[in-house]
Amino acid sequence: MLTGFIALYIFMLAAFTGYEIIGRVPSILHTPLMSGSNFVHGIVVVGALFALLNATSITEQVIGFFGVLLGAGNAAGGYVVTERMLQMFKSSDKKKA
Amino acid sequence: MSTTELASLVIDAAFLAAAFLFIYGLKRMSSPVTAASGIRVAGLGMLVAVLASFLYVFSVSEAALPHRTVNAALAAVALILGLSWAWISGKRVEMTAMPQMVALYNGMGGGAAAAIGAVELFRAGEDLALIPLVVTIIGSLIGAISLSGSLIAWAKLDGRINGTWRIKGQQLLNGTFFVATLGLGLYIALIAHGHAPVALTALFFIGALIFGVLMTMPIGGADMPVVISLYNAFTGLAVGFEGFVLQNPALMIAGMVVGSAGTLLTLLMAKAMNRSVSNVIFSNFGATGDEQQGEIKGSMKPVDAGDAGINMRYASKVIIAPGYGLAVAQAQHKLYEFVKLLQDAGVEVKFAIHPVAGRMPGHMNVLLAEAGVPYDIIYDMEDINGEFKEADVAIVIGANDTVNPAARTNKSSPIYGMPILNVDQAKQVYVVKRGQGKGYSGVENELFFADNTNMVYGDAQKVMVSMIQAVKSLDGGGH
Repeated sequence: MLTGFIALYIFMLAAFTGYEIIGRVPSILHTPLMSGSNFVHGIVVVGALFALLNATSITEQVIGFFGVLLGAGNAAGGYVVTERMLQMFKSSDKKKA
Repeated sequence: MSTTELASLVIDAAFLAAAFLFIYGLKRMSSPVTAASGIRVAGLGMLVAVLASFLYVFSVSEAALPHRTVNAALAAVALILGLSWAWISGKRVEMTAMPQMVALYNGMGGGAAAAIGAVELFRAGEDLALIPLVVTIIGSLIGAISLSGSLIAWAKLDGRINGTWRIKGQQLLNGTFFVATLGLGLYIALIAHGHAPVALTALFFIGALIFGVLMTMPIGGADMPVVISLYNAFTGLAVGFEGFVLQNPALMIAGMVVGSAGTLLTLLMAKAMNRSVSNVIFSNFGATGDEQQGEIKGSMKPVDAGDAGINMRYASKVIIAPGYGLAVAQAQHKLYEFVKLLQDAGVEVKFAIHPVAGRMPGHMNVLLAEAGVPYDIIYDMEDINGEFKEADVAIVIGANDTVNPAARTNKSSPIYGMPILNVDQAKQVYVVKRGQGKGYSGVENELFFADNTNMVYGDAQKVMVSMIQAVKSLDGGGH
């Protein structure tokens, strides 16, 4: 079980990781990175799947359904949009080279 | 080993891999050279995690067993619907509309986190321990605020809601609302121990959603990027908290990484705009009486687009300050064609990018990259601001607030203190603009009235075409 302090350790190390990753980023990457991190929290769809699969009443099923729907949208949309943005960086780099 | 044990082993291993791939992918995304591969690495992590979570079917709780088939079918339908809608809308959206699309997807993530919290809270007869219960409440609160707040941000950037909505005592109202909602949530957790009446729990969620609206409505459009970034961090936190409740380390790690990265990104963006985050949220653009604006002397002097183009053809140095208006008019391709003509004529051309040109930091770079403008003639504000005084011509296309000298001089101006591009120092300034309107922040621009400024009225794309034609006919006739 991930209780108490183990959970806090995970949160602490994850928070530090996030801070270090973004630390020295040129401002031209701010928008793609925001979009990229927006994609990463789309993992929420996995939690929503768990909640829906374990639903025992209509209320839970309805809410769980929307949870999965929204989470899937977050993940898929976040990926497509970020990929399109970053694709441009790649192509313009090539042209320059 | 039983099927259940095997399934949970595979799930755990997949989540570990996903957590690694997310962090590694984000790391790659933080450098322009590796960025494009970064999103694919992170995408692989998502694929692995989602595929593995289908195995949850083999380890559902005793109580949910009779509903297993229905639940699995619902899950498949929801996944396919959400995925295909977002995939198609993401492919179709114009590059200029990217910021609001990010806001929309982010709001969906916040909604999903709130939904997880709601399922936990509505789950009849299940006892959560006190700490998970409190964490569920807080995660739900943040997620719901992120959902409704992001939707408002999306609607504002998409032009579906115009203007800002402010009333007297707004902050007091918002504060009261927040405290009441939080209090209700804590009541559900601490006193009712998760067994509050359904209506009360529903009221808590409705309160959180309304607060998200109240919090976002007064914020002006120019500040929206910072707000979206903040809600992005919010969603990350909400996902991390709900991950703790579900005992899912992948959600905890991914959520918290985004929570802290998003917070830092928000601070960096606010810094680039010379605004503090609390400034953005609590005291808004224009909130401090815009009536005090000083009289602006002089008049706007229009000039023909062709004349302006020919003038630039015979300049030795031209600096271009593009803004959102350029992108809206889809004129970046024509602009680059004109730039190439100038370069062929021996003119030195540079692009000057304000940190918030476009709608977000880096947005304009993306738009220019789309038109094929090479990196080495695009300069950041700090690198080029000293060069304007040597420039023969500075041409402002669809930008306004980012070139307004009032930010330097006029203390009563809402944009006072924001760093700007020093276009007014060039010998000649051309401003390409559709009409005589004000900028996104609603502030009058004294640059337009300056002696060395001429206005080129018209749609940016049409203006660029006239400039190209004028220069071409000139060079053609010279033979």
